[in-house]
Amino acid sequence: MTAPAVEFRAVNKWFGSAHVLRAVSLTVARSERIVICGPSGSGKSTLIRCVNGLEPYQGGTVRVEGRDLTPARIPSVRRAVGMVFQHFNLFPHLTVLENCTLAPIHGRGIGRRAAEARARDELARLAIADLAARYPGQLSGGQQQRVAIARALCLDPAVMLFDEPTSALDPEMVQEVLDTMTDLAGRGMTMLCVTHEMGFARRVADRVVFMDEGQIVEAAPPEAFFDRPAHPRTRDFLARIL
Amino acid sequence: MTRVRETLLPPAPPPRRTGGPAGWLRTNLFSGPGNTLTTLVILAGLALLLPPVFRFLVTDAVWSGNSGEACRPEVAGRAVGACWAFVGAKINYLVYGSYPAAERWRPNLFFGLVALGTAWMLWLDAPRRGLGAVFVFLVGPLLSYGLLSGTAVLGLAPVATSLWGGILVTLVVSLVGIVASLPLGILLALGRRSELPVLRYACIGFIEFWRGVPLITVLFMANVMLPLFLPGDLTVDRLVRPLVGIALFASAYMAEVVRGGLQAVPEGQGRAALALGLTRWQAMRLVVLPQALKVVVPGIVNTLIGLFKDTTLVSIVGIADFIRVLEAARADPRWSAPTIPATAYAFAALFYLAVCFSMARYAAFIERRLAAGERGRA
Repeated sequence: MTAPAVEFRAVNKWFGSAHVLRAVSLTVARSERIVICGPSGSGKSTLIRCVNGLEPYQGGTVRVEGRDLTPARIPSVRRAVGMVFQHFNLFPHLTVLENCTLAPIHGRGIGRRAAEARARDELARLAIADLAARYPGQLSGGQQQRVAIARALCLDPAVMLFDEPTSALDPEMVQEVLDTMTDLAGRGMTMLCVTHEMGFARRVADRVVFMDEGQIVEAAPPEAFFDRPAHPRTRDFLARIL
Repeated sequence: MTRVRETLLPPAPPPRRTGGPAGWLRTNLFSGPGNTLTTLVILAGLALLLPPVFRFLVTDAVWSGNSGEACRPEVAGRAVGACWAFVGAKINYLVYGSYPAAERWRPNLFFGLVALGTAWMLWLDAPRRGLGAVFVFLVGPLLSYGLLSGTAVLGLAPVATSLWGGILVTLVVSLVGIVASLPLGILLALGRRSELPVLRYACIGFIEFWRGVPLITVLFMANVMLPLFLPGDLTVDRLVRPLVGIALFASAYMAEVVRGGLQAVPEGQGRAALALGLTRWQAMRLVVLPQALKVVVPGIVNTLIGLFKDTTLVSIVGIADFIRVLEAARADPRWSAPTIPATAYAFAALFYLAVCFSMARYAAFIERRLAAGERGRA
């Protein structure tokens, strides 16, 4: 039996005296698609940042593909985990192609030609091959976010983390990013998405996780989660956003 | 009631500008009473100022002559402005100081190296710019040192630094300041933002110390006090001491400029680079630092211009820089004439103005170019 893709065991984290993650446990199987939702400040983003060591935590364990997230292992785990941010965080001083080849060339030691060929493939698959020579500042928000997804995919990640990928987008651009993510889910990628796009959650997620005040309140397949929410807080949250 | 447009309007051409030079004058210079008054006052000021300056520098100037006699009004038989003949006669001294005449090809070669390095670095599309950086920050300084002071390896006779002078020394001092302060300043800025407390406080202490003392004090300390603290048989060259002082002084200022740039780069940039599996150092070098330096190009150039002009202070501790040889030259009794001092200072002003203005123009060009590269940057 293979180890789960990501495993949180009783993870605790404090910002100063604020207890932001309270004994969170969650096991994500390979190829599983998890959507995490919840009110702002509930610890959703903090939780997925623990997966690739962007946030230190003070108690419990996080395992990625069976490997404990010790400081020495963080670099290798980061290479196995792709991340997409709310504000894209493309590198504005580099072209789209250079954004996609920077980490493969300098982090992985892949040759420039191979890295560029790979990046062009990835861009073509997301239907943005024609943007390769542009700078991020010349792209729309939706295009930037798709480039950010391509940039992460160039490293062959086993797990993809999405931190509110559509929250900073104009409404008419949300769909193109969601379509890209749906497409990615269809390819069997393990995904942890923090998002408020409940349509996407219903269509794509294997499980929807609801967090509040640093803990997981309810985790269920989408039909059960949306049609028969068990916890009153979940019902309350869904009533407010749907 | 619903109204639907049947045909979409094509784009209309922009309105014609209120044309011609007359229209431009009206809209830009004389659009209202306030604007008109400002224009007139400034024009009047220029009319008062420019003709005498032009008369002094060009019309009344004396362009040739063998001694100060040529520049005396009673000899010339007319009003005499700038005595450019003096500058012409002294030009070798002003450029090389007392550097032996037979060896002047060495400073000339050095000027050539400087021109090469400058062009290599400043021309953004030049080939092998990485190699150029190695040349400017490593090979160039070592080669120049060997060339100017003389080395047995190259078969060059030694020339004591006390003989160096003029524009040569000014250039050496400012280039050492520039070449040392940029990398040192970047390292200090990074150290100041480090998470290691010892390193951070060491950098803060260093920066605040050098920013807190006047440059003139640093130079006096270097030249007068330092030898008292060193063991008797250990001497540091008289030119090298202030050079080190200026380099450290300039790097403290540079560090603060660079730190400002580092703070302007959004935190998400470093986070994204780390998430892609780059190390902290790679994230800094490849992602954060390039953006930080672009933001502070005006600040860097401002610091460099200040540094270039501050180098004149070394004349006070007995280094024969451009200002000092100019002073010495105008004290020559053979060249005593009423306008000689004014000529000397006008020449110095033109020299510093030309260099600083070029630096400023280049910075403006870089800014425009960077803006074009990242148009509409979010």
